[in-house]
Amino acid sequence: MLSFVLRRIALTVPTLFALSFLTFVAIRLVPGDPIEVRRGERGISPERLEFFRHELGLDQPVWKQFLDYVWGLLHGDFGVSIISQDSVLKEFLTLFPATLELSLFAMAFAVLLGVPFGVLAAVKRGSVFDHGLMGVALFGYSMPVFWWGLLLVLFFSVTLDLTPVSGRIDLIYYFEPVTGLMTIDSLLSDQSGAFASAIMHLILPAIVLGTIPLAAIARMTRSSMLEVLEEDYVRTARAKGLSPFRVIGLHALRNALIPVVTTIGLQGGTMLAGAVLTETIFAWPGVGHWLIESIFRRDYPALQGGVLLISTLLVLVNMAVDILNAVINPRIRHGR
Amino acid sequence: MKRTLTTGAATLVAMLALGASALQAKTLVYCSEGSPENFTPALNTTGTSFDAARPVFNQLVEFERGSTNVVPGLAEKWDISADGLTVTFHLRKGVKFHSGVNGFKPTRDFNADDVLFSFNRQWKDDNPYHKVSGGAYDYFSDMDMPKLLKSVEKVDDYTVKMVMTEPNVTIMANLAMDFMTIQSAEYADYLLKKGTPEQFDQIPVGTGPYSFVAYQKDAVIRYKAFPAYWGGKSKFEDLVYAITGDATSRYAKLKKGECNVMFGPNPADLEAIGKDPSLKLMHQPGLNIAYWAFNLEKPPFDKKEVRQAFAMAIDKAAILKDVYQGAGQAAKNLIPPTIWSYNDKIVDYPYDPEKAKKMLEAAGVKTPLDIDLWYMPKQRPYNPNGKRIGEMMQADLAKIGVNAKLVTYEWGEYRKRMQQGEHMTGQLGWTGDNGDPDNFFFLIGCAAARPGGQNLSKWCNKEFDDRLNAAKKLTDKAARTKLYEEMQQIAHDEMPTYYIAHSVVFEATTKNVTDYKISPFGRHEFFGVGLE
Repeated sequence: MLSFVLRRIALTVPTLFALSFLTFVAIRLVPGDPIEVRRGERGISPERLEFFRHELGLDQPVWKQFLDYVWGLLHGDFGVSIISQDSVLKEFLTLFPATLELSLFAMAFAVLLGVPFGVLAAVKRGSVFDHGLMGVALFGYSMPVFWWGLLLVLFFSVTLDLTPVSGRIDLIYYFEPVTGLMTIDSLLSDQSGAFASAIMHLILPAIVLGTIPLAAIARMTRSSMLEVLEEDYVRTARAKGLSPFRVIGLHALRNALIPVVTTIGLQGGTMLAGAVLTETIFAWPGVGHWLIESIFRRDYPALQGGVLLISTLLVLVNMAVDILNAVINPRIRHGR
Repeated sequence: MKRTLTTGAATLVAMLALGASALQAKTLVYCSEGSPENFTPALNTTGTSFDAARPVFNQLVEFERGSTNVVPGLAEKWDISADGLTVTFHLRKGVKFHSGVNGFKPTRDFNADDVLFSFNRQWKDDNPYHKVSGGAYDYFSDMDMPKLLKSVEKVDDYTVKMVMTEPNVTIMANLAMDFMTIQSAEYADYLLKKGTPEQFDQIPVGTGPYSFVAYQKDAVIRYKAFPAYWGGKSKFEDLVYAITGDATSRYAKLKKGECNVMFGPNPADLEAIGKDPSLKLMHQPGLNIAYWAFNLEKPPFDKKEVRQAFAMAIDKAAILKDVYQGAGQAAKNLIPPTIWSYNDKIVDYPYDPEKAKKMLEAAGVKTPLDIDLWYMPKQRPYNPNGKRIGEMMQADLAKIGVNAKLVTYEWGEYRKRMQQGEHMTGQLGWTGDNGDPDNFFFLIGCAAARPGGQNLSKWCNKEFDDRLNAAKKLTDKAARTKLYEEMQQIAHDEMPTYYIAHSVVFEATTKNVTDYKISPFGRHEFFGVGLE
């Protein structure tokens, strides 16, 4: 098992190196540099442009810039944002907990509903419930996030007045962030009503972000369950006279979960990087919005650092999924 | 027992509700559009950053809220010498800096040292803060301050003497701009000694009506009313900027009362906002211009008659109706009508394709004529849809036998190439900085016509330029007005640039907000605003 984990970790190093190189080059291929973009209509005199390019080291050959960047990375230095002049790592760590919290809640929503729905649809294959559920899942999968988010806001927040429109907590609560996770910080703050407010603010964004994974998980659970339910060992379990609950819950579901866990992992990864639209609609101060802004403003260090950190997390999540699969399925563990 | 609990719970809920509404009554929430880069206006160029710093700071002279008038700020009064070269500022006494922010307790009131520090940080390489936070000082450079300033000296604690290299009356409007914000020299020293000078731009200390409390990137900025503010008492206690990037979400928040003032409503929502009894919609012509420049270096645009013919070929009213959808005003001059010296006597060229065709013929232009028409790749405050305007112009030009090829580039590239003069005709625009006519007219002056300069027509007209330079040296507003009016006539006759529109700026607040004023500069200012 240990050698499996070590092998997986070793494989991530070239992936991350290639990724940082691609990001580094790609952002420089986009026309316009941070200074020109900042200048807007005003333009900049060639002398001043030269001066600032020199200050930022942009007048160096790209290979040299890249080596300097990698050298910095090896020393744990992700650089300084050109826009805010703040350390990229610090900015990322300030914003990431918001994305993480949102993703965790969205994933919980997707898994807690998606798996049981998928199982039920498989067990009641061909029923109205099955068809209805799969229809809804298809709908959920293909819905434009922006439209869905605004629809929920207009209905639940503006018309029914049940949930807040956006933000992470009501503005009447104020406390310094400790963990960056609002649900935990609000409990630590000891302000009455703060925790409830944080949860209320999470409901809509979590539903919006969790809808596509929910659909994907439900569909995957259903098809995987259908396959497993045909297996001989399920028939054997039934023949032994086990209760349907034990047959489905213990014998079938555990085996059906392998592809589902992979789907969850992949969806989780996409969530971390793909929360941009949800974060924009709900004014959620996460990393998605920050990265988009960095592209627009050609904030090279912020973008490079942000992409690298996010991809490191993605790689880690994927690795965790592989390991989890290995735990569930010994055949993977032993390389067969 | 059960009853006691229920009563207790009910009381608690009532108390919470009361507490919340009391809090709401003394807190003004502004749904802003983005995060500031930092809190030192001298370093920034975006309205978002200026808006975030403004509650904390003052300038020597300031723009009166909701207008372009320059009024006393930290300088109570000023004298200008007879030769127009020296301005002596008499500073306000007893002005306090915010105390307790970032552990800083000021030991003295505002004085001349703070003024000198604020100039020197941007101006002098040897100032210890010159390089802090990137030190770009774009506006200081754009407004030609390094060239204009000869010296800024402290005469005594409350008198500052500024000497210029040449008389320039636009300097007072420049000094009222955000980049000339006065910051605390003592706070700067304090942080330098602490070894954290970069905090100077992130945790601001000023003399303004609100002191800084906290900032969470992409989420919220909090300020509280400064009780010792020299300009009087704020009508509410707390000021909160709820950063909300999406315009539809901002509107939803406003509708629900989660904020009191919102930035930039969507044009599509304007009608609904106007009809909503719980909201107020205000509007004002923006201090901007969208234009279409003819490059005089590329024939046949060197001929005045050709340019005039092109002006008559375009159906401006259709563009206003289709693209601006009521949020724009047809432009006939470079400056918007809100700026003094606007020449309203000028009659715009009529839309007359037949006459345009004849004029082209008379000018010896053979049709079909192939030209390029550069359109803006992105939306700007003065131009909601460059591509659509380009397409409409293309269709209009086809009617007079001109084939316009639509061209565009990435935004930065687009401007750079146009400033180099690669285009034949192209769209761009301008948003005013300080309300002075000079801040618009320089765009078509000779100095800006060099390659890489902002004069996209590369038009250099001596009659126009002499007046432009003379007007900068005159202190008499009536005399300046006369010159600017004449310049507008010259530009109209010569038509180096076709003026498309001035956009109209809309702002929405909740009904309980009183005395909110739209700023011609697109600023968002809250001192003086009330909450009912």
